[in-house]
Amino acid sequence: MSFLDLKNVTKIYPNGTKAVHETSLSIDEGEFMVFVGPSGCGKSTLLRMVAGLEDITEGEITLDGNLINEVDPSERDIAMVFQNYALYPHMNVYNNLAYGLKNRGIDKKDIDQKVNEAAKLLQISDYLERKPSMLSGGQRQRVAMGRAIVRNPKIFLFDEPLSNLDAKLRIQMRLEIKKLQQKVGVTSIFVTHDQTEAMTLADKLAVINNGIIEQLATPIEIYNNPKSLFVAGFIGSPQMNFIDGELKNNTLSAEGFEIKNVKSDFNGDITLGIRPEHLSQSDNGLINLNVDLVEQLGSDNLVYGQLKDKKDFCYRCPGNLTIKKGDKLSLNIDNENYFIFDKSSGKRVN
Amino acid sequence: MKIKPLQISAHIILLLGVLLMVVPIWISFASSTHDTVTILTEGMKFNIGEYFSRNYNEVLNEKGGWSEEVTAAKMFINSFIMALGIATLKVTISAMSAYALVYYRFKLAVPIFWLIFITLLVPLEVRIFPTYKIVSDLGLTNSYTGLILPLVASATATFFFRQFYRTIPDELLESAKLDGANSWRFFVDFLLPLSKTMIAAMFIFMFVYGYSQYLWPLIMTTSEKYWTVVMGMKIIFTESYEGVALPRTAERFAYIILSMLPPVLVVVILQKWFIKGLIQTEK
Repeated sequence: MSFLDLKNVTKIYPNGTKAVHETSLSIDEGEFMVFVGPSGCGKSTLLRMVAGLEDITEGEITLDGNLINEVDPSERDIAMVFQNYALYPHMNVYNNLAYGLKNRGIDKKDIDQKVNEAAKLLQISDYLERKPSMLSGGQRQRVAMGRAIVRNPKIFLFDEPLSNLDAKLRIQMRLEIKKLQQKVGVTSIFVTHDQTEAMTLADKLAVINNGIIEQLATPIEIYNNPKSLFVAGFIGSPQMNFIDGELKNNTLSAEGFEIKNVKSDFNGDITLGIRPEHLSQSDNGLINLNVDLVEQLGSDNLVYGQLKDKKDFCYRCPGNLTIKKGDKLSLNIDNENYFIFDKSSGKRVN
Repeated sequence: MKIKPLQISAHIILLLGVLLMVVPIWISFASSTHDTVTILTEGMKFNIGEYFSRNYNEVLNEKGGWSEEVTAAKMFINSFIMALGIATLKVTISAMSAYALVYYRFKLAVPIFWLIFITLLVPLEVRIFPTYKIVSDLGLTNSYTGLILPLVASATATFFFRQFYRTIPDELLESAKLDGANSWRFFVDFLLPLSKTMIAAMFIFMFVYGYSQYLWPLIMTTSEKYWTVVMGMKIIFTESYEGVALPRTAERFAYIILSMLPPVLVVVILQKWFIKGLIQTEK
């Protein structure tokens, strides 16, 4: 049995909306789990059910061997970092960190020691006397994390904690969260809608859509082997290219090209998915691209253009290639690195 | 720094306003330090006279009323107790009822809130007979409880607290819950400190409201021991009605000046807090 277990957890709101469908998953001790999905997919609801801030309509959640369905949030020994940090505005940083410990009746000396330790770890020792309103975004973020760490909880929950930060700080904090989690070794669940965050942070990644976990695996497995059209489109940046086509007797035909000897027994309408980075230029390529726009990132170029049927398409090439608007490129798919999905169900078929 | 004409005119208007407020008070104060005879012969005074200590001493310590058993000092104490009681209880009860209305999302919260709100339409003066009946049936006439209790429910304060609590983000409650705070702790550790300024403002309003009550104590009290300052203003130093002695105008001015002090003090003391809260953006 693993550390945190969700068994057929379902959430139906009083108005009848089913936010989370029968969801089961388990998280091992010390694991960093990320829930990723578009807004409104139920990932936050799932997290809040673990925290005890939402009632569980059906199913069971066990933490460290104890059923916690009916346990009050204050008794669950869980710490959460909120999107807007939810720092206590009237308390200084020290008291923000100490409040949870005080409520647990820990004596002053120990509180002092723990707060100072956490502050040191997060490099906020200099701000302990300040009120949250006198801190910058990144510092607030650290205080919010400190409040979670200081209690040494069984599990950390992060509810999109980086979305209020500017881009540079976000990347920096992302790294810090990961480092910190590795250092402290606490089981964590992190909710985000940002696929880069999800990929970089997760030990295990759950891609959620419409209240259902579409795929649960390591980030690299999800990237290399997406199980559905949704997952394929959601993970990876820039987004995977999709081309409609037909598969018949192991031959895939799409507008303008054919792929023979496809390893799939599926027959019917399909969607072909190709990642922009899995393409390269060759003389007699499958795909002909009319370049509209080139984004030069330095290390890479993102080439946007249209196929014959005016469908938008993206190609990622090394930054040293010079491609201009108006160029016509001929592209091949590297090493059969393509994905085929059943067009009607979205399921992977190759 | 250049002074703009707009600033000058604004200041002139402000100065006029200040004069309008201060001059009558000054005249009252200056007159209260003269002999009654001087005022009656020469009219109201702008300068300070020589009878300050005599007049104020007389006002505070002379026994007045029909039975000659109440002094102004006693009335001040009564008023203070009444106003303090009303303000404290009003603020406490309103803050707590607003807490219940906002955070315990029970079914009838909204209708109950409007029911409370409607009581604004029925001030004490309108329901004074039934209120008197109840208080007298409970045997509370001539008591501080009787003076205070019928006035402690406040729709206005409940409304303000409710509106304020609704601006507090839910995450704060959730975060506090995860930190192990129960409902009571959340109220005491979060809502009360966050609404400090609100409490100060409400306390000022409610104190002044309680202090200036006239009709209710007038009806409620038959014993002079429970007279309040505002009642006394009408009753005390009324010897002139008999036409025997001179009206004691100077003493009455002194009494008026004294009667203004408690509310002014409350405002001055709490104002510091009030402004401090306004400057710090804590939300």
